[in-house]
Formats: sequence, C-alpha cells, structure tokens
Amino acid sequence: MDHDWIMGLIGGALIGLGGAVYLLGNGRIMGASGIIGGLVDGTGWSTAAERLVFLAGLFLAPTALYVLTGMEKTTNVTSNWFVIVAAGLLVGVGTRIANGCTSGHGVCGISRFSLRGMVATVFYILAGGIMLTLMRHVFGVI
Amino acid sequence: MRLLLSLIAGSLFGTGLFLSGMTDTTKVQGWLDVFGNWDPTLAFVMGGAIIPMMIAWQLTRGRHPLVGGEFPTPPKHEIGHRLVVGSVLFGMGWGLAGLCPGPSIASLSYGGAGGLVFVAAMLVGMGAAPAIGARIDRIAAA
Repeated sequence: MDHDWIMGLIGGALIGLGGAVYLLGNGRIMGASGIIGGLVDGTGWSTAAERLVFLAGLFLAPTALYVLTGMEKTTNVTSNWFVIVAAGLLVGVGTRIANGCTSGHGVCGISRFSLRGMVATVFYILAGGIMLTLMRHVFGVI
Repeated sequence: MRLLLSLIAGSLFGTGLFLSGMTDTTKVQGWLDVFGNWDPTLAFVMGGAIIPMMIAWQLTRGRHPLVGGEFPTPPKHEIGHRLVVGSVLFGMGWGLAGLCPGPSIASLSYGGAGGLVFVAAMLVGMGAAPAIGARIDRIAAA
C-alpha cells in the first residue's frame, strides 16, 4: 500500500512510453476506445491489422506477467451483474460519442495541451465521482 | 514494421496497466471515492504517463512518423455536445464498475466472468454508439 504510488509512476511511465511508440512510430494516437471502437463500427477496418496487433499486445503482456510471475491478481470487480452490464454499455457508448477515453483524451490529449482532452477528462472524472458517491454512499449499491 | 510497433506499444500499455494497479477496480473507484477511502494512485499513473507523451508530442514537430505519413493534427471540432455528453456517460459507467476500455482488455485473463461480461457489454455499446450519437445530435439541434 505504501509503495502504490511508486508502482503507479512506473506503470504510468510505461503507458506513456507505449503511447510515444504508437505516436512517433505509427503516427497514431493511442486511445483504447478508438482502437477497439473502430473495429466494432467499421470505421477502422482499413487499419484492422494494426489495431488487432495492438490489442493482442495489450491482452498478452499482462497475461504473460500474470502467468509467469504467479502474482495474485484480481480486478475486484463487482459481482452485481446488472451493474456490470450497465457500466459496460455506458463506457462503450460514452467513449465512442466523446471520441476518447482515459488513454486517448486523458493521457494523449492532456499531454498535447488539448482543450478537448482536458474538458473530457474533467467531465468523466466528475461524472464518475458523482456516480460512485451516489451508488456507494447514498444508495449502497456498489 | 507498423505491426511490430503496434505490438510493442500495446504490450507497453498492458504492462503499465498491470504494474500500476489500474486493472484493480478498487484503486480506480478509490480515486473517485472522495468521500470514502480516497486513493491517489491514479493521479501518479496519469502523471507518469503524461510526461513521456509530452516529450513525444514535442518530438513530432517538423518530423514524420517512423513508418511514414503525417502526425495527427488536432481535430477541428472543438468542445461540442458530443464531447460533454459522451464523457459524462463514460464517467458514469467508469464510476459504476471501475473499468475503462484499456484495463478491461488488459485484465481479461484474470478478470473472471465479470470482466468478460463487461467487455461484451462495452462492445455492444460501441456498436450502438453511432445511432445514439445521431439521436443526441438531433436533440442538440432542436
């Protein structure tokens, strides 16, 4: 618990490095929702291979670490199926309508001083904080 | 080359998410839980990721991506209703489950059935987003 912030910084730096490779190498913005969403709605089918390989790395690297290190790992996600489905739908619809999520608007947007990225980040953190506070402390659902 | 760079970028992203603790929903919801047991880790991850990305954006000036082509230019549409509405919807889902698109894929191997259902719902949401976005445009225009 005491070293969480150090692991946060190290992990964060690797995330930023990944974004830097994607930008400087391929000239693309590393936004998870855009990379996935373009495959779902067809707008990214012309660059499907690049997207699929990126997603393969995103899935396989943590999987390899999980298997090889034998680290105890869990997402601690809620067991309330209604909450999981509602959350997934909201994240899917919202990120595509806003054209970005935590990686695209947050990491890649803020780092280029994009007003859009900053506004999006303020709104999704505010909405997330209000939702969590209501559902946890007012209604006691999560 | 393009595919190799995609694989490296995706793997760095996944490794960073794994190490930083951002696939643990209690840490993400802990960041949003200002009135509960607040956890600042997410801010360190964001900070750690934004620094290399800032350098990367600086390096794009007067250059071309390694594989050729052009770097992405800032989008023309600035702050519109789509950015705000989409980010609010995304934030609501993010607060509910503590998962966003990147970590949901990164944690698939250890996220259990809840993780799979979240991703399935997210993909459905992404598929429905163009139609919902068009409806929001009509409401905004009225």
